[in-house]
Amino acid sequence: MLKNRLATLLIWLSVILISAVFVVLVLDLVRHGWAGLSLAYLVDAPLDAGRGGGIGPIMVSTGLILALTISVAAPLSLATAVFLTEFSSKNSVFSGVIKRSLDVLASVPSIVFGLFGNAFFCVYLGLGFSILSGGLTLACMVLPILIRTFSEGLRAAPDEYRLAAAALGLNRAAALRHFLLPTATPALIAGLMLAIGRAIAETAALIFTSGYVDRMPDSLMDSGRALSIHIYDLSMNVAGGDSHANSAALILISLLFMINTLSSKLAYHWMHKRITCL
Amino acid sequence: MKSLLIEPDRHPKDHPGQERSYTLGPLQAGPPCCDPQTLLSIKNLSLSYGSTPALKNVSLDIYQGCITALIGPSGCGKTSFLSALNRLTDMIPTCNVYGDIHFHGINIHDPKQDVLNLRRNIGMIFQKPLPFPVSIRRNIELPLREHGIDNPTESDAIVQQVLSDVGLWAEVKDRLNAPAQALSGGQQQRLCIARALALKPQVLLMDEPCSALDPISSAVVEDLIQRLRGRYTIVIVTHNLAQAKRIANYAGFFWVSDRAGCLIEFGQCKQIFESPQHELTAAYVNGSRG
Repeated sequence: MLKNRLATLLIWLSVILISAVFVVLVLDLVRHGWAGLSLAYLVDAPLDAGRGGGIGPIMVSTGLILALTISVAAPLSLATAVFLTEFSSKNSVFSGVIKRSLDVLASVPSIVFGLFGNAFFCVYLGLGFSILSGGLTLACMVLPILIRTFSEGLRAAPDEYRLAAAALGLNRAAALRHFLLPTATPALIAGLMLAIGRAIAETAALIFTSGYVDRMPDSLMDSGRALSIHIYDLSMNVAGGDSHANSAALILISLLFMINTLSSKLAYHWMHKRITCL
Repeated sequence: MKSLLIEPDRHPKDHPGQERSYTLGPLQAGPPCCDPQTLLSIKNLSLSYGSTPALKNVSLDIYQGCITALIGPSGCGKTSFLSALNRLTDMIPTCNVYGDIHFHGINIHDPKQDVLNLRRNIGMIFQKPLPFPVSIRRNIELPLREHGIDNPTESDAIVQQVLSDVGLWAEVKDRLNAPAQALSGGQQQRLCIARALALKPQVLLMDEPCSALDPISSAVVEDLIQRLRGRYTIVIVTHNLAQAKRIANYAGFFWVSDRAGCLIEFGQCKQIFESPQHELTAAYVNGSRG
């Protein structure tokens, strides 16, 4: 009896502790950053190294980097996941090597990706400090997450669909298109959102690739400052930038929250639609 | 005797002069199967998963238009045998198949054999009804479309025809766009049969099609199988001996010996059940073994 109560207490304590960390963090950001928020803050250009003005160009750069990251990484990851789950045998050496290297890639610190991106995209390919370099570097960084979640999603689709489709003389591509991909869609969306979350919160990999420039970018070849770098710069390098750093962080957290909510809504919607009718 | 064989897949698209019609006509039981013509000839078929043998030296003929029942205890290779007939065994990487299976005189394990076309001609129904997670109509339409029938009028006609053939049309005609997985188990199984029939197969392989169904649905499906006789060649695996006795023209009895499945006896259903030649068969059909 006592043991049970103790266990319940411990479980509740850990739940409260974990939620408290999040609540305190958000409350602190709101307390320090709320005052600086306005519509003008979202669209104006930063002034005086970010102490004044807004984050308009920074939002645009962040959006561009994200869009680039996902549009490069998602198709590549989907193709790899399809290859790993549908077209290679589970025990083949080649797919083993791919999986192992993905696991290693997933645990590489992002600063290493930053250095690699700088050496390869900025210098070797001559793209310089640019949104393009930053987006491509982030794409490399989220590949392992995307491939893992995509292949888990595909693997979770019942084998019976593959069998039933084969028995009807459907080729693998048709089974994939009509039954397996739709079944895996919630998992695909979840993976995509994880990747976006990881990319939007990334700082270290972008410092050496997309750079610090806080002007409105004219093209993908311009350097652009991402939201996380803006926060980092304001709080570390700019004296008197703290309140604006808090505002920007509040925006970043809200964005993450919105992306998360949207993804679970989307996943639910897809599931629901699939079960009731297609 | 008039050939019971449905024209082997003459799709109207291949013959532009012909009219685009699809008429199976109302489904009725075919004539009794008295003039055995070999459609599938299996010689010395052995099958193994990795290094574990599952089936050894099975030889038998499947006769056109007849129902052939495969009986025997679990794990004696009946399902593996069935999967080898339309090369679904290709889906299992560790599965090795040896021996010859001739369909219309052509070895189906020939590397040049078009597997997709083979499976279109030799359909398969599984133990568990496996409708796809799409609407009733799409379940039938999608395979048709993949095989080149994408004209809506034509595929609508086929949908109605095959659903009528399996006795499902009256039950679902008002909700063709409803999800197939909302149907009852028996209806799902009949939908799966309809889906296979839509591709105009010559052979239907059925792996315990009634065992996951309640007795009433099971009786409906069994009745349907009876009515497919003559029009289609059916190979059915069943654990229900009474069912095998009721519906089959020919029966094969499988047993495990030396840890691999083998065919003990094959013959007319009446003979297998009433005057079995082998003592194992006698013991099994009388219920004293297995």
